Amino acid sequence: MSDQKRADSAQNELFLAENALLSVRNLTVRFKTGYGVVGAVRGVDFDLKKGKTLAIVGESGSGKSVTVKALAGLLGENAAIESGSAVLRGPNGEKTDLFSLKRREMRRQINGRRIAMVFQDPMTSLDPTMPIGKQLMEGLRDHLHLGREKATEEAVRLLKLVEIPEAESRMRSYPHQLSGGMRQRVVIAMALSCNPEILICDEPTTALDVTIQSRILELIQDLQRKLGLSVIYITHDLGVVAKVADEIAVMYAGRIVERGLADEIFYDPRHPYTWGLLLAMPDVEMDSGELYTIPGNPPNMVGQTVGEPFAPRNEYALNIDFRREAPMFKLSETHYAATWLLHEKAPEVARPARFGRPPKRLN
Amino acid sequence: MAAYIFKRALIAVLTLLLIVLILFVLMAFLPGSPFNDERLTVEQIATLRAKYGLDQPLLAQFWSFVKNTFSGDFGVSYAIQKNVPISSLLSGRLPVSMRIGGQAILLGSLLGLVLGVIAALKHNTVWDTFCTVLSVVGVSIPSYVFALGLSYLFGFKLKWFPILYQSALPFHSSVLATVALSLFTMASIARFTRTELLEVLSSDYILFAQSRGIDGFRLIARHALRNALIPVITVLAPLVVGLMTGSLVVERIFSVPGVGQLLVEGIQANDYSVVTALSFVYSLIYIAIMLGVDILYGVIDPRIRLAKGEVQP
Repeated sequence: MSDQKRADSAQNELFLAENALLSVRNLTVRFKTGYGVVGAVRGVDFDLKKGKTLAIVGESGSGKSVTVKALAGLLGENAAIESGSAVLRGPNGEKTDLFSLKRREMRRQINGRRIAMVFQDPMTSLDPTMPIGKQLMEGLRDHLHLGREKATEEAVRLLKLVEIPEAESRMRSYPHQLSGGMRQRVVIAMALSCNPEILICDEPTTALDVTIQSRILELIQDLQRKLGLSVIYITHDLGVVAKVADEIAVMYAGRIVERGLADEIFYDPRHPYTWGLLLAMPDVEMDSGELYTIPGNPPNMVGQTVGEPFAPRNEYALNIDFRREAPMFKLSETHYAATWLLHEKAPEVARPARFGRPPKRLN
Repeated sequence: MAAYIFKRALIAVLTLLLIVLILFVLMAFLPGSPFNDERLTVEQIATLRAKYGLDQPLLAQFWSFVKNTFSGDFGVSYAIQKNVPISSLLSGRLPVSMRIGGQAILLGSLLGLVLGVIAALKHNTVWDTFCTVLSVVGVSIPSYVFALGLSYLFGFKLKWFPILYQSALPFHSSVLATVALSLFTMASIARFTRTELLEVLSSDYILFAQSRGIDGFRLIARHALRNALIPVITVLAPLVVGLMTGSLVVERIFSVPGVGQLLVEGIQANDYSVVTALSFVYSLIYIAIMLGVDILYGVIDPRIRLAKGEVQP
């Protein structure tokens, strides 16, 4: 086989779903800790389509942040990607497996230029000792090799894009001189400075005021439309998800337990964990004061686990839940759920009568 | 920024005045008098007191003390070198001490910085362990023990450097003293830099910078080091002063004709005005360094300087 052919066949082995910009398959991440090996992410699959929004939902410790950090090459030294692929479609159709890149290549070619991230806390995301203009220009100068003047112009344009008033004079401001909402706008401007295709938002509004939250969400959605971005939201807030998501993946204990289109998840959920999440969502129209909580705590993922990790908290658990993990059952071309309740031999169960009503989608 | 500096400078001057007051009060309440001689008659003592202005009211004495001290007139020594003005004693010795101290600070903080950065970047490797052990050893060994060791090895055995200080070879003969003095500074700075840098490296803004593709030298130089050094500067100031007091012993070992030696002699000979003058000079240097650190702080950390010259908590 010639080198060219070998390269071609290697390209063919990279799995990239049709019409997907990014396909993640069988992602497994383990952490070495003082207590043993933790299976933080265990065989995660999802596709991100161009211009669409995917929301990954789960409790703290469900592995949602670890999943996206793996994609951005930002895992700590004690974490290792055990298996899996994350294939990104290039402008000319070429496929790149993000996990095959060296750290240097990741930083040079992917971070900021193709995949950018916005983090939870804008108070700590910016370097406190550097004016925001200078921080904003870093990517422009290092990655896009703009001269000082061009970079300044572009930075001002970006600040205006994220609707920061008096952008020119704000260039010289330090982070501590801005409010939380303003800082998150600056963070978004910095993330977008090198024209990435994918924007990962890791709990982008959790640290913000409720009134600011929706404005930031609107801003992100507005930019998504203008720039044709594909967005991955990481959040535990189903209210946020309902406002922005096209597709939803629900994570529990390092696995995706249900994924589907936003409507499928909100109006036809199949996994008991998803039911619990939806029941726990506050709703202005609900009359009873008490809000539902899923009993118990997320499991400790140190070492090997037997059966479904959610079984001990699951009031619908079957005997088999305690012995074997459920496979993914396909419900439609877009809707999948991993629960034994979908097995043909499973008994019929009545799912909760009424979930909280999700807030309206933005626009 | 100007208002901030002005405020810091004002506080520095006030502190210095307070120190002069304390020195004066201590001297005034010291038992005995310089004229405790049985052969002196009452009239002679009165004449002497009038000559030195000791018959004046306390407040007038204080005023002339302040005036003289701030104009660099510390009176004369009457035990070490009789009737030699202390300012001329100092002018020969102070530069030697400050030069060696300065060399030690420079060497110690540079080495410490390098070691600390290596230890933090190569976290949990042999390099880290090596740097950590080195800094623990450096903090634990008293400088005079290290000085004696250096003197024995490089001065006596290998004969690379002279054992004692020679005015004719001001740099070459001060190397051993410099190294001995710099050890503690190096160790402390290394330890501090490592801890601070590790903390900064795990901060959100470093992660965010990496997520934008900033890596390697750029990441360290632009974002990590600057933020890590802010607290390091704070420990540097007392270290500088520590070097001056630490140098008492080290100056003795290498027989450096510096102010440390002068202070020891002054104390041994009950030469009060020498001791007072040195206390003043030490305080002056300390306050000047603290002022420098405060200003440097403002330069490095924009959160410190504020438009109205107020310091944020």
